[in-house]
Amino acid sequence: MSLTFLLLAVALLCALSFVFGRQRAIALSGGRFSNLHSLPVHYGTYTALWCGLPALALLIVWYALQGPVTNALVISDLPVEITSDPGQLSLAMNAISLIAADHGQHLDVAPEVVEAGNRLAILHTISNTALIVVLLCVALTGLSLSYRKIVADMRARNNVERIVRYLMIGCSAIAILSTVGIVFSLLFEALHFFSKVNPLEFLFGLEWSPQTAIRADQVASDGSFGMIPLFAGTLLITLIAMLVAVPIGLFSAIYMGEYASPMFRAWAKPALEILAGVPTVVYGFFAALTVAPFLRDTGATLGLSVSSESALAAGLVMGVMIIPFVSSLSDDVMSQVPQSLRDGSYGLGATKSETIRHVIFPAALPGIVGAILLAVSRAIGETMIVVMAAGLAANLTANPLQAVTTVTVQIVTLLVGDQEFDSAKTLSAFALGLVLFLVTLGLNVFALKFVQKYREKYD
Amino acid sequence: MAVVTADAMTNAPHTRGKSKMAARDLDLFYGDAQALFNVDLDVMEREVTALIGPSGCGKSTFLRCLNRMNDTIDGVTISGKVTLDDRDIYDKIIDVVQLRARIGMVFQKPNPFPKSIFDNVAYGPRIHGLVNSRDELDEIVMTSLEKAGLLKEVKDRLASPATGLSGGQQQRLCIARAVAVSPEVILMDEPCSALDPIATAKVEELIDELRSNYTIVIVTHSMQQAARVSQRTAFFHLGKLVEVGETDQIFTNPRDERTKGYITGRFG
Ligand SMILES: Nc1ncnc2c1ncn2[C@@H]1O[C@H](COP(=O)(O)OP(=O)(O)O)[C@@H](O)[C@H]1O
Ligand SMILES: [Mg+2]
Repeated sequence: MSLTFLLLAVALLCALSFVFGRQRAIALSGGRFSNLHSLPVHYGTYTALWCGLPALALLIVWYALQGPVTNALVISDLPVEITSDPGQLSLAMNAISLIAADHGQHLDVAPEVVEAGNRLAILHTISNTALIVVLLCVALTGLSLSYRKIVADMRARNNVERIVRYLMIGCSAIAILSTVGIVFSLLFEALHFFSKVNPLEFLFGLEWSPQTAIRADQVASDGSFGMIPLFAGTLLITLIAMLVAVPIGLFSAIYMGEYASPMFRAWAKPALEILAGVPTVVYGFFAALTVAPFLRDTGATLGLSVSSESALAAGLVMGVMIIPFVSSLSDDVMSQVPQSLRDGSYGLGATKSETIRHVIFPAALPGIVGAILLAVSRAIGETMIVVMAAGLAANLTANPLQAVTTVTVQIVTLLVGDQEFDSAKTLSAFALGLVLFLVTLGLNVFALKFVQKYREKYD
Repeated sequence: MAVVTADAMTNAPHTRGKSKMAARDLDLFYGDAQALFNVDLDVMEREVTALIGPSGCGKSTFLRCLNRMNDTIDGVTISGKVTLDDRDIYDKIIDVVQLRARIGMVFQKPNPFPKSIFDNVAYGPRIHGLVNSRDELDEIVMTSLEKAGLLKEVKDRLASPATGLSGGQQQRLCIARAVAVSPEVILMDEPCSALDPIATAKVEELIDELRSNYTIVIVTHSMQQAARVSQRTAFFHLGKLVEVGETDQIFTNPRDERTKGYITGRFG
């Protein structure tokens, strides 16, 4: 019996309960809804919720417990020789599940295991059948209990309100808990890493070469995990990107907000927003295939040696990517500067550019700073463009014509391919991720504070 | 008490002073909607002219024609003539920026810039290059604040933000800001509508003092205020100038039924 069918059945029952509950309320009202405490639709919703929610909860719990319980039952019947050895046990369990799922015909295993597999299949069938029965019972019980509770002055509306509130609390709890869970797993894996590598070496080391020996007999270095070159690379590329994005974004925002005719604005703004919707991987191959070779060739004609994966190429393209971000945020803050300030300035005989420079821009400055900080945190976390265009060489350099690498690029390369989960190399990705997370979090909090402070001023 | 003559209605030069600004045959459209119809009005030098009328009748619109603030609104078309000292201000050779330096404006809601008190007043002189030294600038700021009756209250906190002042102080700061560029005409659009009675009284007193040096046009929704501060009053209705004359005459002996209805409170 499939899950889809069960869900459909529950949904159908809910719909029925809704109709029943509503009908009963209407019947009780004797034609005048004002005799009821709530509207008929509230009574319907009330019965539907009482029918559906307990059934859904049961479904979730049942599916969570079914696997462990049936497995435990099967294991308890296996001979001790198999259960005593964890390795053998896990092999046997694999075979058992395959047999139970009817894919085990070609397996060459002990007869006990085959028997256990068949038993597991039977257990699953029993469990599924029981589920259907219990589920329907629960749903129908919920339906009949709530149906019978309906009387004219029952506060169905308030009850529904309360149930819905709990549902919403549940949803926000899931959102918050999963975030917290991710942060904590990041934290614990990073701590695990720091038990292998000195945190001071990680934070202040000048060399990054994470290759370590995977097997004891392999010849390899110990690896060094100094993150400074990665952060320097990240900052260099971010700096280049901001040098591109801030002036262009800001000036285009000023033009759009203050000078452009409504007609031009009407199509230019959406156009900019489309630019924001280009997938970063597209920017990435643009950087790697067009901009980087162009820079290298130009450099060659000028007698400069430009590496074919230069920080400059990645930074320039990342800057272009961030332009719409800067321009739409700063356009927002500048358009929030009240018209009365513009009028005041024009009324004194100021020109447009004087008004912008001396009144609008200073008034919007906190918001613009906030926008720029948000853009910086975007740039620091950006991955795709740098993976494709910035290269892997962990050079500690301030020369934008050389190849550098970034924190995000290293995280990707550390985790791509077959990895041993426990090695310092793999774990270092979590430490890098944690640092990246803290930096962008700090920037975001700071930026939002700035923007908030600005908002208060004109409310 | 002036005798009510046809002169007042046709805006013949007034006996008390000479006409500083004049509107002739002024029509204004917001897009397709006409907001002003055929307005003819003289503003006398060194007098306060009050514009009254029910809300939406075009007082602000007319006021904004006098310093071309309507230029900043999209879709406004104007026909007719507005003169300052007999020069058409809508003439192509007129520089709006210089024009607005000669005709200052004070708005309904106090709108100090989010800068220090000093910088607010210094804003105009700085952008127009009226000063050559810091001392001159200090001088202008001080005298402007003095003229606006604000100096005593703020002289110890010139560097603090103007937005920290009370509403009445902010409005007087805006007047000081306008005065600092030495305009010839000051336009005020309901300058007291956001102020409490005490602040209002102070601003009215100030307007009366400024009259000796400046030509003032004030929009007001309060007839008492018009009676208190103005020498001439113009009554607008539905975008038309219905009647203009000496304030005493308008309030005691209006010629038009609509004016009479408005000032006796029958509509508006
Ligand atoms: N920016 C504008 N765009 C379109 N119509 C406007 C605009 N400003 C004012 N109006 C219209 O012009 C008429 C006169 O408005 P206004 O001059 O503000 O009146 P008042 O100041 O006498 O209350 C009103 O009908 C108003 O709706
Ligand atoms: Mg108005």
